[in-house]
Amino acid sequence: MTLWVLIGILIKILVIVGVTQGTVAYLILVERKIAAYAQDRIGPNRCGREVGVPFALLQPLADGAKMLLKEDVIPKYVSKPLYLLAPWIAIVTAMIGFAVVPFGPVGPNQIIDFQIAPNVNMGLLYVLAVGSLAVYGVILAGWASNNKYAFIGGLRSSAQLISYEIPLGMSILGMLLIAGSLDMNQIIDWQAKHAWGVLVQPLGFILFFTSAFAETNRLPFDLPESEQELVGGFHTEYSAMKFGMFFLGEYLHIITVSFITVILFFGGWHLPFVTSPEQTGLVSAILKVAIITTKVGLSIIFIMWIRWTLPRFRYDQLMDLAWKSMIPLALVNLVATAAVVQLVRTYWN
Amino acid sequence: MRVDDPKLKKIEPPTLSLGDRFYLPQVAAGLAVTARHILGVMFRDTAVTVQYPEVQHVPSPVYRGVHRLNKDEEGRVKCVACMLCATACPAHCIDIVGATAPEGWPDREKYPESFVIDELRCIYCGMCEEACPVEAIELTGLYDITGLSREEMIFDKTKLLSVFDVTRDAEPMKFTTPPPAGTGATQALESPVS
Repeated sequence: MTLWVLIGILIKILVIVGVTQGTVAYLILVERKIAAYAQDRIGPNRCGREVGVPFALLQPLADGAKMLLKEDVIPKYVSKPLYLLAPWIAIVTAMIGFAVVPFGPVGPNQIIDFQIAPNVNMGLLYVLAVGSLAVYGVILAGWASNNKYAFIGGLRSSAQLISYEIPLGMSILGMLLIAGSLDMNQIIDWQAKHAWGVLVQPLGFILFFTSAFAETNRLPFDLPESEQELVGGFHTEYSAMKFGMFFLGEYLHIITVSFITVILFFGGWHLPFVTSPEQTGLVSAILKVAIITTKVGLSIIFIMWIRWTLPRFRYDQLMDLAWKSMIPLALVNLVATAAVVQLVRTYWN
Repeated sequence: MRVDDPKLKKIEPPTLSLGDRFYLPQVAAGLAVTARHILGVMFRDTAVTVQYPEVQHVPSPVYRGVHRLNKDEEGRVKCVACMLCATACPAHCIDIVGATAPEGWPDREKYPESFVIDELRCIYCGMCEEACPVEAIELTGLYDITGLSREEMIFDKTKLLSVFDVTRDAEPMKFTTPPPAGTGATQALESPVS
């Protein structure tokens, strides 16, 4: 029996790794298309046209082949062990977060648990913890490169991550108080029974989503990279697939963050009048997976849309925003939510 | 200039309203702008991109591309080998070897025996066109010249005259009428795009 569970988990891991890696490849194409459209250009539209594939759908293959076949330059002056380790940290920390992310219905009555490690009751905490580990990839890359621009990028990243961890963690506390659990499946169930998180915690959603941009090093908070001032920041000295791995890690992070956003604030696989936690069976499972992936896709597209809308923050503005605005707001939100939850629990029931 | 100069205009930084300081209304306004552009390209074809090999970009009439040597009404080269263009050229890319004009050309003393322009050295400033007293050298709208070697990009008289044959219908000479069609057309310039 336990062997079959193990095999099932292995299959799930393989499927998730494969699907997310493939998705990342196509997300890069989507990002380039959105970038082009926002700038009144057309973007990639040639790759694959010769063999009848439309919309440059073979572009990710070409990009991947380019990354793998390029010369892998390791400068003489780098600190080699850390230099080689950093891209792996970036990619591994981004991937292990998927272990507890439910990408479909999970429960005793379901045919399959759409989660690698089902019903981890500290799931959200785990995601936040391994998500924070990703900064080690950036800092080590900046430090090991032995290059001042890379080093500045790494330092900026550490300061930024430390600052934005706080509002990120505090903004979800309100939602946790309301749902009464750290298990993401129970949070989804609560939202399915009552209301989506974005309706009961609008401020929490805004704070969380903003901090998530900083956590994933996306514009308008991509100071660790800042192509214009830091010539690429922490990955200045990386080439070929090592650079590609940082890229992969960044996009995997975007996927994770989008999953968390959808699960915490947009009801996960829940769609009013269509799905409910009581539904079991194959059809409803497929429907729920489709709903949650659609929501995640929309969230990713929104993140890309923001990237081509907002310019990069200045460093002092970045720190001001975190420490002077977002952390006080998150505290107010937390205290107010706690008070309301206490009052409701005392007088409602 | 003194600090209390009355001509000095003092500019105050704009005061942000409460909404501006919350960023979000401005973020929404920015999103609306980019959404307009994205949707415009997707549904109304507002992209400025020219799909180059299939669609050719037509430059403005004053575009300065490849040179041509103009021909007169009898199909002879108009150049009188006065060297003004070579002198004016800041990149020193024009090399002219002048010779005494043949017997049947009573209107001039000299003609260019050889007229060579290094298209790789040229900076396409148009000074040769400005300097020429007989409007013999002009810059055309051809921009897509390519070559596989540096030698290939050094255009001699034949080639420069053939540029004229290629472009005379699209771009008539600026000051005189073009020669009647069919007079001494040399080999046409091979377009790099077929």
